Amino acid sequence: MTDTLPDNTGYVAAAYLVFFALVLIYVVIMSSKLARFERELSELNELADRQVRERETVGAR
Amino acid sequence: MLYGTRLRALSILTAVTLTAGFGLAFFYAPMDADQGFMQKIFYVHVPLAIVALGGFVFGGVMAIQHLRTRDARYDLRSYVAIHLSLVLGAGVLITGSIWAKASWGHWWVWDEPTLVSFLVVFLLYATYQPLRFSIEDPERQARYASVFAITAGAFVPLNFLAVRLAQAYTHPRVFATTDGGLPAKMQLPFYLCLIGMALLFATLWKYEMASKHTSAQLRSLRRKLGGDDAVAPHGRSAAPSLGTSS
Repeated sequence: MTDTLPDNTGYVAAAYLVFFALVLIYVVIMSSKLARFERELSELNELADRQVRERETVGAR
Repeated sequence: MLYGTRLRALSILTAVTLTAGFGLAFFYAPMDADQGFMQKIFYVHVPLAIVALGGFVFGGVMAIQHLRTRDARYDLRSYVAIHLSLVLGAGVLITGSIWAKASWGHWWVWDEPTLVSFLVVFLLYATYQPLRFSIEDPERQARYASVFAITAGAFVPLNFLAVRLAQAYTHPRVFATTDGGLPAKMQLPFYLCLIGMALLFATLWKYEMASKHTSAQLRSLRRKLGGDDAVAPHGRSAAPSLGTSS
């Protein structure tokens, strides 16, 4: 083992950056999916509320 | 449940383990006698490769389960594992090329069995998604994909075997001790990085699975609330389609 100063630092940094970039891209894709789920859930919530209101209106008649 | 406590705990454990592993790799593990600082790539490249290959095997095991039980959930597990392993595999090839350039002065060396066998496995699995996409009937798609995953999974141990048997002098020498083994002070960071990488695979796999299940549940809910007209018809897709009960 030697205690020489680091050389080829750029290559090492590049390799780790590739790894972190891959993970980051995956996380970004997952977060965009989560955003879509939230959007769809709020749409479905509105749809359910509308159906409940319609049922109440019919019941009141 | 998409964001349960267990998944959050797994995510935190992954982040902690990987951070500790990389920290030890840089600040605790000694410099390699032959390669010096560039050998630090070993701590990200090798665990990534092992986990990617392990993921392919896992995909094959899930495919066997799918063929045995005909349960679509196993097909989904196999699909997600292979999909994720392909992403990690791309990382392996890129980090390996960077290491090769730093070590040998070339981005790729064709007479190195380790590299070429990994590329063969990667390219083989790269045909998995097009194969799925080419089959319209979901049941047939799942069955053929499972057969593919099992057959291709048989190539993966060959890759490990190639690493063991490879005698080429061109591959970077990372185990630079007189007895040829990994020095004790390199073992701890390496195994920690390997565990961290396996945890990362498990975490991303679980997130992807949760995402697929949530998507199927949302579709089912939309159908219940708005009827069949409210749901867009399933287009042709490489991804497995889950039933509404999943």
